[in-house]
Amino acid sequence: MLFTSYEFLGFLLVVFLIYYLLRGKAQWSFLLISSYVFYFIADPRYLIFIAITTVSTFFAARAISDKKSSFDAWFKEHKKEMEKDERKAAKAKAHAVEKKIFLCCLLFNLGILAVTKYTNFTISNINSILNAVGNKGTLSFVDLVIPMGISFYTFQTMGYLIDVYNGKFEAQRSIFKFALFVSFFPQLVQGPISRYDDLSKTLFEEHRFDWRTVSFGLERILWGFFKKLVIAERILVPVQAIIQEPDKYNGWYAFAGAMFYALQLYADFTGGIDITIGVAETMGIKVTENFIRPYFSKNIKEYWNRWHITMGTWFTDYIFYPISASQFMMKLSKKSRSVLGNNLGKRVPVYLSSFIVWFTTGIWHGASWNFIVWGLGNFVVIMISQELEPFYRWFHSKVKVAGTFGWKLFQVIRTVLIMSSLRMFDCYRDVPLTFKMFGSIFTKARLSQLSVNAFTDLGITIADYVVVFIAMVILIAVSLIQRSGSVREKIAELSAARRFAIWYGLFMVTLIFGAYGIGYSASQFIYNQF
Amino acid sequence: MNELLEILSDLHPEVDFATATDLVDGGILDSFDIVSLISEINEEFDVTIGASELTPENFNSAEAIYALIKEKLDDED
Repeated sequence: MLFTSYEFLGFLLVVFLIYYLLRGKAQWSFLLISSYVFYFIADPRYLIFIAITTVSTFFAARAISDKKSSFDAWFKEHKKEMEKDERKAAKAKAHAVEKKIFLCCLLFNLGILAVTKYTNFTISNINSILNAVGNKGTLSFVDLVIPMGISFYTFQTMGYLIDVYNGKFEAQRSIFKFALFVSFFPQLVQGPISRYDDLSKTLFEEHRFDWRTVSFGLERILWGFFKKLVIAERILVPVQAIIQEPDKYNGWYAFAGAMFYALQLYADFTGGIDITIGVAETMGIKVTENFIRPYFSKNIKEYWNRWHITMGTWFTDYIFYPISASQFMMKLSKKSRSVLGNNLGKRVPVYLSSFIVWFTTGIWHGASWNFIVWGLGNFVVIMISQELEPFYRWFHSKVKVAGTFGWKLFQVIRTVLIMSSLRMFDCYRDVPLTFKMFGSIFTKARLSQLSVNAFTDLGITIADYVVVFIAMVILIAVSLIQRSGSVREKIAELSAARRFAIWYGLFMVTLIFGAYGIGYSASQFIYNQF
Repeated sequence: MNELLEILSDLHPEVDFATATDLVDGGILDSFDIVSLISEINEEFDVTIGASELTPENFNSAEAIYALIKEKLDDED
């Protein structure tokens, strides 16, 4: 059930009305039922996967939590009678049991993710190797179910398990509450990847109908629909045309395709997240933000702090830090310093951990080499910019441009260009072809490709380009206003007539210019596939 | 404390670490800096800081970082 479908709107209306008719714990219980119905409608087989992850993680986390509390109570009582070595041994013994449960659960669930998502990728690589060594036989691909949102809910659930294991909070005692945390329908298909201590603050409490909260949520949903239906669905047409005929559409077309895709992905993904956050907000539930005006970032590092934030922080907290703080990395750090010197040696563990994180980020996005190369491309850019820091410092000591509007604009454009170039791996889905098309921007760009007719051949009319352009100006304007605080708060301060004019205007623009209607099926949100 | 301030100054010479209290929240120390820092601390003080301790609260000021190191040293005694 796509967010932009009539079925989803009908489903949402029913859930919303019943939710506010209920009181107390019936509200979150009903949300759990609704979430499972939502997942059941997508494909009944998916339920088995999400239920297995939910049950296994719930019991593993509870066992770890129970062991921690009983050990803490015992230790508090007996520590005075014990010698230092005995205390250490007792701690290590208790910790070893927790570690076993933790690792079993972690590997089991990551195993499900790996088998469902990466089996065919592994088979295709084995086949390539077999062919390369002259073997004619090939392994056949397996027809596997890939449950919707599995990457998102597995990461969210494993984040919870790691936090309980690290003693950040105690495990949830109710399996039904935990099941809702895993399956909460607005964020099941494309995130954000919520943290338990964050989402649980508002997910299980009673919410009474409050006009302000509901209207804020509805505004956010409408804004999401505007982005998805007016911008993303429209600009998708030329993007697809350019990608599908790389021999015909090279040079400036390839450049335009990358730029259009930057806009499409932004409108599609942030629009989807707006709908998610808005739907939750109409029921008084606060889902964490996933974007902070990412295209205004001054460099790639900043961009990754502002784009798909919950994924970035997940990788930092649960992969980058554990790897770089591990005993192995500490030893490697000492060794590399002694061999390579302090300056160069200290970079080794940071870059190695970062390499692993970006490789994982790439493969998380999809089981194919284009995503892995995309991930590693990000790693290379970040590493280069890190290494250029001394140069930047020298440059700014000589040329006083830092802080000027021109310099900031240059930084923003540079970031957008670099990110759009890297995303060409995502567009063409083929590594050699992507390099070829990127190269064509410099070798095959001809002035004749810039004629008006050339772009109207791509499936949309001049009027459509004008609509996209105006919508983009609105996006930029809203982003600029956001810098001084919430736009919805500002709208709320306006007179009723003005407020209504804005809502009505946005609604009508989405209705008139949105790509939807009977027989029209809006495309899947890009991040649903991950 | 002086050894720690020296390590921090090596990372970002332009920052006054003795007074700053929003090193992580203010974006002065990023994840790369924190990882470099814990490996320097490991080298200098011979204490191991775990991934779960890499929180903004523990790294927002030199004082907080030093408190974490002291806690680790006391723990090992």
